Amino acid sequence: MVAISSDQTSELRKLAASQGYTFPLLSDPNAQTIRTYGVLHERGGEDGHDIARPAEFLVDADGLVRWSNITGSIVSRLRPETVLSVLDQLQAKSH
Amino acid sequence: MALVWTGFAVVLAAALSYAPLFVRFAGTRDTAWLNFLLFAVGGCFLAAGLWRVFQRSGARGAKIGASILGVLSVGLFAVFFYGVTVFARSIPAASGAPQAGQHAPNFTLPCADGKPVTLAELRNQNRAVLLIFYRGYW
Repeated sequence: MVAISSDQTSELRKLAASQGYTFPLLSDPNAQTIRTYGVLHERGGEDGHDIARPAEFLVDADGLVRWSNITGSIVSRLRPETVLSVLDQLQAKSH
Repeated sequence: MALVWTGFAVVLAAALSYAPLFVRFAGTRDTAWLNFLLFAVGGCFLAAGLWRVFQRSGARGAKIGASILGVLSVGLFAVFFYGVTVFARSIPAASGAPQAGQHAPNFTLPCADGKPVTLAELRNQNRAVLLIFYRGYW
């Protein structure tokens, strides 16, 4: 699990320390990867800064997207139990 | 007038409790139902209070005060409703996002300590990788 935003690495360190996150937080300040994944929210941040709109992608070992979640609202986010049930379903399919 | 003040206090709590409190829990965040319930309870108190105040003859000051609190409450509800319905949904559609079965573009990005991380190495180290794009804190 990795989280990607347009925040600078200093901001990521603050977030990881305050929330106790141990998974990697990645910095994409120019929103290059965010744009590549089609999840750019142009000028969505402070001072017209380009940011990511919330979205999640599950990528398998072969590099294929197996599942994605593109929320329609910034207050409605993916829940951990949803990801776990998706993983169970994908695992059951591959057996 | 006590009913009007109670109603206004509940409406104020409904408007101000979402961001610091209820947004933390998935069950009360996705639809803000608890806040809408609080607005409804506050609205009932206000309606009952306003009805009582306007039943009384005279009491002009109380009528004006109750009306102001009523209008403020409607305003708070309107702002909250706009925020969680229209504003929260005003995000781009992500039409260019890779679909299930498509290739996930590789990337190299620095992690919090500045060390570069690539999707390829994450894939090699794990059976699957969940990429979470979030708005960030700027």
